[in-house]
Amino acid sequence: MKEILSGNEAIARGAYEAGCLVASAYPGTPSTEILENVATYREINASWAPNEKVALEVAIGASFGGARALACMKHVGVNVAADPLFTASYTGVRGGLVLVAADDPEMHSSQDEQDSRNYARFAKVPMLEPADSAECLAFTRLAFDLSEQFDTPVMLRSCTRISHGKSVVELGERRTDLPAPKLVKDAPKLVMLPGNARVRHPLVEERSVKLSEYGDAAAINRMEIRSAEIGVICAGVTYQYVREALPEASVLKLGMVWPLPHNLIKEFSAKVKQLFVVEELDPFIEDQVKALGIACQGKGLTSLCGELSPGRIRTAFAKAGIIPAVAAETAAAEPVPSRPPNMCPGCPHRGLFYELNRANAYVTGDIGCYTLGFMPPLNAMDTCVCMGASISMGSGIVRALPPEEQQRVVAVIGDSTFLHTGLNSLMEMAWNKAPATVVILDNRITAMTGRQENPASGYTLSGEEAHEVNIPELCRALGVKHVRVVDPYDLEATRQALIEEMSRPEPSVIITNRPCCLIKGADRFEKGTILEVDQGKCTGCKACLRIGCPAIEWKPNPDGNKGKAFIDPQLCTGCTVCQQLCKFNAIGGRK
Amino acid sequence: MNAAVTNILLVGVGGQGILLASEILSEAFMLAGFDVKKSEIHGMSQRGGSVVSHVRFGKEVYSPVVPEGEGDVLFGFELLETYRYLSLLKPGATVVANDYKIAPPSVLLGQAAYPADLPGKIRARFPDFLLVDGQGLALQAGDVRAANTVMLGAVSKRLQIEPAVWQQALEKMVPKKALDINLKAFTMGREL
Repeated sequence: MKEILSGNEAIARGAYEAGCLVASAYPGTPSTEILENVATYREINASWAPNEKVALEVAIGASFGGARALACMKHVGVNVAADPLFTASYTGVRGGLVLVAADDPEMHSSQDEQDSRNYARFAKVPMLEPADSAECLAFTRLAFDLSEQFDTPVMLRSCTRISHGKSVVELGERRTDLPAPKLVKDAPKLVMLPGNARVRHPLVEERSVKLSEYGDAAAINRMEIRSAEIGVICAGVTYQYVREALPEASVLKLGMVWPLPHNLIKEFSAKVKQLFVVEELDPFIEDQVKALGIACQGKGLTSLCGELSPGRIRTAFAKAGIIPAVAAETAAAEPVPSRPPNMCPGCPHRGLFYELNRANAYVTGDIGCYTLGFMPPLNAMDTCVCMGASISMGSGIVRALPPEEQQRVVAVIGDSTFLHTGLNSLMEMAWNKAPATVVILDNRITAMTGRQENPASGYTLSGEEAHEVNIPELCRALGVKHVRVVDPYDLEATRQALIEEMSRPEPSVIITNRPCCLIKGADRFEKGTILEVDQGKCTGCKACLRIGCPAIEWKPNPDGNKGKAFIDPQLCTGCTVCQQLCKFNAIGGRK
Repeated sequence: MNAAVTNILLVGVGGQGILLASEILSEAFMLAGFDVKKSEIHGMSQRGGSVVSHVRFGKEVYSPVVPEGEGDVLFGFELLETYRYLSLLKPGATVVANDYKIAPPSVLLGQAAYPADLPGKIRARFPDFLLVDGQGLALQAGDVRAANTVMLGAVSKRLQIEPAVWQQALEKMVPKKALDINLKAFTMGREL
């Protein structure tokens, strides 16, 4: 049967067809939908983990138990999961083990654009890279087979254009011929103490050589011979761009990007006059081709930064005189107002960031929707590095500062991010008595990636009710004496809490308790009374515009008099934050 | 370059239902026997940001992204976004846009004006331009939320697919209780 699937849906289907039994992940764009789709197959035990390290360890455990297991994450998630990854390379597997890393060249929704291929080489595990959804399915199936055949975890690299691109896929059947999981004692392989690990390491090196030889003959690495003039080595979505931009070029399409098939590369290079490597981000393939003593051009033509596209490749090759110059593109339109993303109307974060700005706080921020708090008019975030860093960086920054500056430091972190890697940070801060203030924005969900459950939300991935981590009690258990909960829709209460806790020369935590306004369900977000601006009372002072709510529009007066504010009733959720800012009582319930 | 491939761009504001519209388009092309690829960005841009979805169909499609300057049809759900992405089109391309405005943040804050006479400016560059009262026609069909389907109907006439295939795609992708209104909205758009 044929279906149009996204890369993420196809990876999930591939895991299902491969007989995968256990899957774990932490949400992260562009990887999130893989596990959400895996969860639709009842044969697979799928669950969210608090972070990527835990997710990979759950999968490694299942593999050691004899099951085929999958872990999924975005590129930066692999940083968190790197510790188990490097040692799982030594242990190898029992059931097939696949780690999906979804890169985000161009940083559509990420804080950096690291190239995950380096992890495959660094951890010495093979990496497959599909070029469309059909390959996502086929390569995921193959990855499980290779994992067992070569006794290694296998990485599958996707990217935004593959994960969130859709194309036609032929579906297959689920494998049912795999051995049943059972406990097997095998300490020399599974207990990585120095004596055992020293025995395993040479096996890892031999494995890489064998995998390179496998790649020389494997169908997933293929030569397409057309022109004898130009040959291009490429993989993944870049292959599609190359076919589009250089239709006459011969291509060596790599399905396995580490280890590389040395003999196949030599064979291909002998068939063409000029050899090129076209790849996004790092010169990963190029450097290795050059190390083989083969002349080629790569990053001399295309950028180390951002995505490629058919147009960018065509322009690069034309600029170097390799293909004829490109016809001028359609003239650009006149500049128009930009439309950056914004917090939703009714977002519980808006009032807090307004008050942080007023309190002249220096805000160490974190990863989530609330990172948008850095944007005007709120302008209330000063740092953002990685998941969990807000608290530990706040703890560090106060140590560098004189007391009067210390008071300004406030770390801001969401509930899911706090449970991901903020816990250790808060433990450190309380233990070492760093006098910073932490605000945990508990909106009851992992919002940025599309509303996934987390250990404090009360539900599992499959929607089953589950234990809710009690965040205030957890903070107290970590050693924070001053923990208080505040309603972020109540500006006065939020302001008081910030003033008191910021001035306290001790660690303290404020927890905001309003759910994300996009969560559906009876016990969650509820709309208030929709508000409107009384045009007779509005003086045009613009105080309500300072929160940047998308539901409030400034309408200039065509007569030259002062304009007035309007509230879009379709967008307003009745949160009342703007109402509290209006000194003229011009905002009230809609009649 | 790839003349056998038709390139469609769907543009608008996060939350307008652009992803569902592009799914229905892709489904229809697959049912009609074409190779199809589609690409868009999730995540950050969904928070009220500018959204562009690429749909390509033909005998064999490589890139999921429409090459710059090769768009054949621009399907705009909002006027400013329609205007913003004109540079992705080839000369002589077709533009079908909803007559609908959503103010971007700088306009909401009174720091910039929503550009004036966008339909006129679009028509000046792309004479094959159809401005559709998506919301108005959807209301007539029975639900303002069917505006995207009105638009889909208007675009469908410019693509070489049988009406029966469109109906099949809508039946597969639209929830059952909303199907009648959506089929009506589609026909109204197609008759424009």
